[in-house]
Amino acid sequence: MPAENPLPTDLPTPVDPFVPVSGWGRTATTTAAVLRPRSQDEAAAAVRDWGVRGGIARGLGRAYGDAAQNAGGTVLDMTALRRIHAVDTEAGTVVCDAGVSLHRLMEVLLPLGWFVPVTPGTRHVTVGGAVGADIHGKNHHVSGAFSRHVESVELLTADGSVHTALPGTDLFDATTGGMGLTGVILSAKIRLHRVETSLMSVDTERATDLDDLMARLAATDHRYRYSVAWIDLLARGRALGRSVLTRGEHAPLDALPARARRDPLAFRPGRLPAPPAFVPAGLLTRTTVGLFNEFWYRRAPRSRTGRLQRIPSFFHPLDAVPHWNRIYGRDGFVQYQFVVGHGQEETLRRIVRRIARRRCPSFLAVLKRFGEADPGWLSFPVPGWTLALDIPAGLSGLGGFLDELDEEVAGAGGRVYLAKDSRLRPELLAGMYPRLADFRTLRARLDPRGVFASDLSRRLGL
Amino acid sequence: MKDAFGTPQSLLVLGGTSEIGLAVARRLIARRARTVWLAGRPCPELEAAAEGLRALGADVRTVAFDALETAAHEESLGKVFTEGDIDMVLLAFGVLGDQANDEGDPPAAVRVAQTNYTGAVSAGLICAAALQNQGHGSLVVLSSVAGERARRANFIYGSSKAGLDAFAQGLGDALYGTGVHVMVVRPGFVRTRMTAGRPAAPLATTPEAVAAAVELGLRRRSETVWVPGTLRIAMTALRHVPRPLFRRLPV
Repeated sequence: MPAENPLPTDLPTPVDPFVPVSGWGRTATTTAAVLRPRSQDEAAAAVRDWGVRGGIARGLGRAYGDAAQNAGGTVLDMTALRRIHAVDTEAGTVVCDAGVSLHRLMEVLLPLGWFVPVTPGTRHVTVGGAVGADIHGKNHHVSGAFSRHVESVELLTADGSVHTALPGTDLFDATTGGMGLTGVILSAKIRLHRVETSLMSVDTERATDLDDLMARLAATDHRYRYSVAWIDLLARGRALGRSVLTRGEHAPLDALPARARRDPLAFRPGRLPAPPAFVPAGLLTRTTVGLFNEFWYRRAPRSRTGRLQRIPSFFHPLDAVPHWNRIYGRDGFVQYQFVVGHGQEETLRRIVRRIARRRCPSFLAVLKRFGEADPGWLSFPVPGWTLALDIPAGLSGLGGFLDELDEEVAGAGGRVYLAKDSRLRPELLAGMYPRLADFRTLRARLDPRGVFASDLSRRLGL
Repeated sequence: MKDAFGTPQSLLVLGGTSEIGLAVARRLIARRARTVWLAGRPCPELEAAAEGLRALGADVRTVAFDALETAAHEESLGKVFTEGDIDMVLLAFGVLGDQANDEGDPPAAVRVAQTNYTGAVSAGLICAAALQNQGHGSLVVLSSVAGERARRANFIYGSSKAGLDAFAQGLGDALYGTGVHVMVVRPGFVRTRMTAGRPAAPLATTPEAVAAAVELGLRRRSETVWVPGTLRIAMTALRHVPRPLFRRLPV
C-alpha cells in the first residue's frame, strides 16, 4: 500500500529511495525517489541535482489527487523543515518554514491569542502546501484564500537560487495556487487573526432543500465569519439538497462559562483510533451512506444558536480519525470540487439533481458560498457557489459521469480545484483557468529545463 | 499520466494491426488516450489502422516492429519512449499457426513459438524497463485461455501462450512496488480475422468485450483478467479434469 507520508521521521535517506507515493485519495500510485532535506541548503542542492524527470515538493500529502507525486523523479518531502522562526504578537504575524503544519501553528499561536487566517477541513496541511494550493476555508466569503494573508514567500527556483516573492508581483501570483510548479516554497510570512478564546460560538440550522439552503446562505452569510453547509446528496425529490448549515464566530471571552474562562485558549485535540490498514472496498454503499445521511440530517437541530464548540470539532472533525481515507478500501476515492459563479444557480441545481439521481454514495459533501477571488493565476476560488464531494473511485461509470459534470461546470464558466483533482480532461483546463497561458509562459522562463514536474503537471500539461 | 481510474493518456500497441489491440485503442481514445503508437511490420494495413484511429481524434504514429527480429527491438521501442511517457503498453501480437500442418512442419511451429513467446519476452522486458524508468505505467499482456491447459487441437499455440502467461505473471511479481503494473488478459475464443472460419468455442467473445475488460482491469489494477469473466470458473474446473477424460473432451 502506498505510504501517505513516505518516510518515517528520523531515518537517513535510504540507498534505494524509490517508494510508492499517492495522494490522500489513494488512487494512481506512482513511484518516486523521496528525499527529505533538513535544511534549505540541502533542498537547494537537491534541486540543482535533479535529472530529466525533475521533482516536486510535498508536505503532509493531503492533496487528494496527484499534485505531490512525481513518477520516476524526485519528491521533496518538506516536513523536516519545520521551524517557526518568529512570532510577532503585537502585529500578529508569523514567519515559519514551509514544512510547518497548521496544526503546529495552532498549538503555538492559540495560547498567544492568535489563530491561522484560513484553515481548510484538516489542520494537517503544511504552510507550503497552503500557499501552493492557495487553500480556502469556511471563512472564504469574508477573508478570501490563504494567499491574501501571506506577506512574503521565500521561493527556491530551478537554478537553485532563493527569491523573495511579494504580493502584487507575477512570481507571487503564479506561486500562490501554482501547485509547487514555480519552485519549492521554503518559508512564508503570514498575517494572523486575533482571538480571545479557542472556542467557537456556532449556530446550526437545517435547510429543507437546495433552494432553501441557497436563500439562507445568500441572505445571512455576511453576519458570520465562518460558514459551511453539509449537504445530503442522496436525498431526492422535494428533499433534494437538504442540508445542515453550521456557521460560527470565535467566541468572545465573556461568552464562556466560568470554568472554561480559566483556560480560554486551551487547544487539546483528541484522537480516535485509526481504521485498520486494510479495509475491504465497498463499505460505503448507497445503503450505508444513505443511512448515515438520514441520521446526520435528523441529528442536527432545526435551529440552535450560540452553541460552544472546540476548534477541532468545528473545523476539523475528520482529523480526529487518523488515516480516515482508509475507509474507502484499496480502490481509494475521488474528491470532486467545483465552483460556479453567482447567477449560475441553475447549473448548481442541475448538477446536484444529477448527482442525486445517479445515487453517488457521498457522505462528506459540503456546499459553500465563496467571496471575492484572489489574484493567484491558478487560485481556485471565484465568487459563487462551490460544492465538494467524496466518491468511492470504484463506483462503476464514475469517470464518464464526472466528465459530464465537468462539461456543465466549464459551460457555466466554472472550474474544478486542482488540489483535489485526479481525473480532469486536460482540454478543459485552459477554459477554466484563463491565466493558464501566463502561468505556462512564466514557468518556461523561470524553469527552462522543466525541473519542477508532478504527475498533475504531466497529466494536465500545466 | 493515468488518471484516478487508471485510464491512460498515451498508448503503445505492439501488434498494431491486431483487432483486439485496435478495439482497446478505440475504447481508450474515447476516454483519455491522445497519443497512440502502433508498432508492427510496415504494411498498408498498419497505415490503415493508424488512419482509422486518427479519425477518432488521436495523435497516431507507427513504428516498425517485427516480433521475430528481437535484435531490433531495443532500438525501435526505445525510440518510442524517448518521445514521451507511455502510460500503457499493450502486448497484442501473436499468431495462431495451423496446428494440423505445423505438427509436420517443425520450422513453422517454431515460428509460432518465436512470435508468441520469444518475441514477447524480448519486447516485454524492454518495455518493462522503460516503464520502470518513468516510474509508472501498465503493461497489458494478451495471453489466452489456450495457455491455461494445452489441448490436443492446438497445443503448439497453447504452449506458446502458456509460456507467455507464465512470463508475464513472473514479470508482474518482479515489478510489484515499482509503480509498474502488469496485467495478464486471458480471453477465450475471440471472433476475429485470426479465428475466422473456425467453429466458435463455448463462451466466445468479441474484441470490444476484451477492450471493455481491459479498461475495467486498469481501473481495478487487476493482475489477471478473464474474458468473459465466467471463463475463470470454467477453466478452474477444466484444469482439474483427469488427462484420459480431458483428451477426449470436444473442446
